[in-house]
Amino acid sequence: MYKYSEFDTAFLAERNAQFRAQVERRIDGSLTEDEFKPLRLMNGVYLQLHAYMLRVAIPYGTLNSAQMRQLAVLAETWDKGYGHFTTRQNIQYNWPKLNDIPDMLDALAKVGLHAIQTSGNTIRNVTADHFAGAAADEIADPRPVAELIRQWSTDHPEFQFLGRKFKIAITGSDNDRAVIKAHDIGLQIVEQGGEEGVRVIVGGGLGRTPMIGKVLRDFLPKADLLPYLESVLSVYNLLGRRDNKYKARIKITVHENGIDDIRNRVERQFAQIKPLFSGVDQDILAGIEEAFAPPALRQTSARAFEAAYTNDPVFRSWADTNLTPHRDPGHAIVTISLKAHGATPGDASASQMRVMADLAERYAYDELRISHEQNVILPHVAKADLPALHAALKEAELGTANVGLISDIIACPGMDYCALATARSIPIAQEIATRFDELKLEHEIGELKIKISGCINACGHHHVGHIGILGLDRAGVENYQITLGGDGGTDATIGERAGPGFSAEEIVPAIERLVYAYLDLRDGGDEHFLQTYRRLGLAPFKAALYPDHQREKAA
Amino acid sequence: MTTIVTDAGFGPDTETGTWLDLASDTDPAGLSFQLDGVTQIRIAFPSFADGRGFSIARRLRLMGFEGRLRAQGHVLADQYAMARRSGFDDIEIDDDMAARQPEDQWLARAEWHAHNYQARLRG
Repeated sequence: MYKYSEFDTAFLAERNAQFRAQVERRIDGSLTEDEFKPLRLMNGVYLQLHAYMLRVAIPYGTLNSAQMRQLAVLAETWDKGYGHFTTRQNIQYNWPKLNDIPDMLDALAKVGLHAIQTSGNTIRNVTADHFAGAAADEIADPRPVAELIRQWSTDHPEFQFLGRKFKIAITGSDNDRAVIKAHDIGLQIVEQGGEEGVRVIVGGGLGRTPMIGKVLRDFLPKADLLPYLESVLSVYNLLGRRDNKYKARIKITVHENGIDDIRNRVERQFAQIKPLFSGVDQDILAGIEEAFAPPALRQTSARAFEAAYTNDPVFRSWADTNLTPHRDPGHAIVTISLKAHGATPGDASASQMRVMADLAERYAYDELRISHEQNVILPHVAKADLPALHAALKEAELGTANVGLISDIIACPGMDYCALATARSIPIAQEIATRFDELKLEHEIGELKIKISGCINACGHHHVGHIGILGLDRAGVENYQITLGGDGGTDATIGERAGPGFSAEEIVPAIERLVYAYLDLRDGGDEHFLQTYRRLGLAPFKAALYPDHQREKAA
Repeated sequence: MTTIVTDAGFGPDTETGTWLDLASDTDPAGLSFQLDGVTQIRIAFPSFADGRGFSIARRLRLMGFEGRLRAQGHVLADQYAMARRSGFDDIEIDDDMAARQPEDQWLARAEWHAHNYQARLRG
């Protein structure tokens, strides 16, 4: 894993001192509230419904145990004993006091963590495949490139006051687990003629105008990446609209000017910027790659795993849903579900964080990941250790066997916390999870991704949920719209709206009707919800959702 | 009256030449033919939140402009290093801003060469 250089450490200390001074200068009137706002946002500080919120970056989703323990310290010292992991590999603390935040940032700096550019109209925390370095299907670990981009984008003088936020995600695999096509820039490490390079996708995004990103450059040599990104951002900064916040993202710039025009502008700019890069960034990258060298994996016997799998049905159920094949057959990738039925998706208590840190240290080569699906990953666990790991997780209420199932729901904070929300998300997620747990159906249903957003900004990624739920406000009453057939994977697809929305009381029964319809319609147990939907289209699901309407039409 | 901010702090405006004034929505690509003989350019910051000026400055430098480059308007002390790193020589602020954010707040950002990730990566 990457360890901060002296440069990183000195930068962060200076940055934190600057923010401490900014808080003081807000209080003494040197900065107006309007002026302070973007400065606090670029340091991760939001003003929410009830309190300030601090959003801490987990760069490319990677943590070591000391960092995870420090997150627990923050939760206990300055918050209510828990934190909330988000869809962009951040953790949010919902109850800090503004005056305490500089101390929180200093505490984070001790373990090489920060909250820089987790908000505001800046280049945000770069996200990456949460199985990076462990997945069997990977061309290259994307994290070294992500770290390089973190350094380049941090405090970039041109891009701290963009027209709107700017999100970059990167994957090193053909199986996209980082939703790269729904980002302002999506990067995929690819190979061409034996050379590693990057495919650059631009203009994806969710929000009120969901769009799938388009290919800007099919193959970019790795050495050209930073000058190329700088060119894209420069074009966006000058060409992107500033007259309307809802049309300010680069997806709209691309849509209005056309991908070819954007490409021409970027290439012209690139020709000017490229010669200014001496190539020293590639030396820095080589050093980062060394730091991310994979751990020396232990070779163990699989006997204990096989015995537990055969004899312990609870372990078997967990192994079937929460394990992913590792590139080394003697190891597995473990997903720890933060979606216990009825709990808040993505929340972890300080004691759970410590348990996960201890387990990572003991069984997982000291590495943890945070997934955009709001779960925690132990990327390298020897199969022989899985039964003991599972037992320890169960004890900490972290043994839920539901990864990829109907209760593994992405939900934004919604109206319980967020100032932008128009409806609640968390209670809907809790009710769906609890209901299907009562029905004891979720393993029968199999893979089904439900994603819930509490407003049109789509932080809960509802557009790419197999079933998406969007909570709106209709004349003061919560109303939930359903979209179907979305997909955040390699074949990224925006879901189709099914029809009129449902009230908070009607939404769970509506989901139930959808799921029963799927169970009736599917072509055997191997056909997942999304596959059935793709085979049959919207009509039969719509009929299940709106039975009264069907009857009226028949009458 | 206005104040000119440089690495040395506050000072009066000592420039006497003619400025080419550019709005914050200027497309620098269309300017190349106008730059002949121009020795000083002022880029407007109607709001500190409008960050286009930073990219305009950088583009002008990339196009070879070597004269004086000034950011004029609503710029914060917190943006001083950004302005210098983007290619500006100095910043022109009004008296209200100079009173509200006095010289020491700008001097705190005067060492803009330090802690510069981008310069480190460019080499």
